Amino acid sequence: MIIKGIFETLYMTLMSTLLAYVIGLPLGVILVVTEKESILPNLGLNKILNIIVNLARSVPFLILLIAVLPITRFITGTTIGSTATVVPLVIAAAPFIARLVESSIKEIDKGIIEAALSMGASPFQIIYKVMVPEATPSLIVGAAIATTTILGYSAMAGIVGGGGLGTIAINYGYYRYEKGIMIVTVILLILIVQVLQEAGMQIARKKDKRK
Amino acid sequence: MSRQLEEPIIEFKALGKTFSSANGEVKALKNINLKIHKGDIFGIIGMSGAGKSTLVRCINYLEKPTEGEIWFDGRELGSLNEKDLRKVRQSMGMIFQQFNLWMQRTAESNICFPLEIAGVDKKEAKLRAQELLKLVGLEDKAGAYPAQLSGGQKQRIAIARALATNPKVLLCDEATSALDPTTTESILNLLKDINKKLGITIVIITHEMNVVEKICSHVAIIDKSEIAEAGKVHDIFTHPKTQAAQRLVYPNDNRINHLVGKRCCRIVFDGSSSYDPVVASMILECKVLVNILYADMKDIDGKAFGELIIQLPEDEKTADKVIGYLHSKNLQAEEVSNYVG
Ligand SMILES: Nc1ncnc2c1ncn2[C@@H]1O[C@H](COP(=O)(O)OP(=O)(O)OP(=O)(O)O)[C@@H](O)[C@H]1O
Ligand SMILES: [Mg+2]
Repeated sequence: MIIKGIFETLYMTLMSTLLAYVIGLPLGVILVVTEKESILPNLGLNKILNIIVNLARSVPFLILLIAVLPITRFITGTTIGSTATVVPLVIAAAPFIARLVESSIKEIDKGIIEAALSMGASPFQIIYKVMVPEATPSLIVGAAIATTTILGYSAMAGIVGGGGLGTIAINYGYYRYEKGIMIVTVILLILIVQVLQEAGMQIARKKDKRK
Repeated sequence: MSRQLEEPIIEFKALGKTFSSANGEVKALKNINLKIHKGDIFGIIGMSGAGKSTLVRCINYLEKPTEGEIWFDGRELGSLNEKDLRKVRQSMGMIFQQFNLWMQRTAESNICFPLEIAGVDKKEAKLRAQELLKLVGLEDKAGAYPAQLSGGQKQRIAIARALATNPKVLLCDEATSALDPTTTESILNLLKDINKKLGITIVIITHEMNVVEKICSHVAIIDKSEIAEAGKVHDIFTHPKTQAAQRLVYPNDNRINHLVGKRCCRIVFDGSSSYDPVVASMILECKVLVNILYADMKDIDGKAFGELIIQLPEDEKTADKVIGYLHSKNLQAEEVSNYVG
């Protein structure tokens, strides 16, 4: 049962992170490049996206989880279990990831973008040949943060039967007072967070050629 | 001169640039008219904030002028669409004070980038990168990341990168300002070498007169957003007309300030003047004793220049006689006593 819980948790977390990046990465990039002094300035679009991201981020996850139940049912055909939980996780994490990506890309020096411009690179070439590669170490650190945050959210989804270690902790620890199992799940969650975080940092360090 | 008849490769026509921001407008450039010809090493010198960077960035349209035109190789850049502008930029290289290398790419990969942009295939790009690494004397650094290189080496890689697409001009914005004097010298020699070997036109932005003296053939002095004076380095050095030019040509302001009130004379010997002991003959001929305040030798654009500042006698007549004598010997001599720094 615990083993199944671990797999479900990992599945939800990694799947949600992946899908959230499919949305969050381009969104973060667009947030940067549409700024006033950037390579594809579009103030209107920039403003609208900023508002949407802020709105989405200001809804507490538990409320979002319940609020999007109809969408979840529409997409997955159910509202319980780990696959169903992926939907709210992606919706909650994508704007958060967009912000992480935005700040990673903003960290890079304007001079190196200028150098690319001076060689006749197009905005699209600058995005995928300069901005993303140069921000990679920072993006990986961001991904580690995002993954561990999503893991925490996935455990929260246990309250509404989201599956994984969160559900086990709630069913056994909260409803049946089986402290032993709850402690085990908590320790497992802590371990998984540690491993993911450390792995992310290691990869980022290896990738970074600035030192 | 045939040079004047030839089409310039870069021409500024009544160019102006105003930055508008929330806290008002800044006129960074006013009515700039300049011609830069093929093969020139053209220096643009001025104080901090004079508008040098803005001026050079107009050449590749990193900065869009708000007035006037900039012509490059027979085309007005303002008339081009984005795509054509990018194409034109591929025929210009640029290097920067802070090098601006991509930190996550190796030296070789940095050099290959402009070739990727220009659509050159990978194999060919690598060969070209090898050639360029050789040109800048860093064959052994192909696989090094910028963080593993010294400032001078970084600038060499940046130069190689800027030259990758065989550009017609190389724009340098304070390319040596972050380097120590020895490294500066070696980078300047490299630029000079490249100019000779490849015939590429070089535009150099600097605030240091010795950079201009060392490698430039022509110079424009920019002062408070305007061109104060422009011409051959030789002419500007021997006959600085404007105050802005004088301030740069006279080696240091302290000395000049020190002279205020006394009549002094600056004599410039260019390689062509006779080897007569001029000062000694002058003293004998005019029967005056003069005080030598300053003497220096400079190598400008490959020619040796001597510079001498003497204090003229108090007596007006004798002083005039001294100047007259110097002129009669075909020396560049001019009074600097009225100069206030
Ligand atoms: N993007 C900008 N927005 C507003 N003002 C600007 C901008 N860029 C430059 N300026 C202003 O234009 C003027 C000229 O700046 P510029 O950078 O061309 O000077 P510079 O001669 O290169 O100086 P330095 O030697 O310090 O590099 C300055 O007053 C500067 O504050
Ligand atoms: Mg500048």
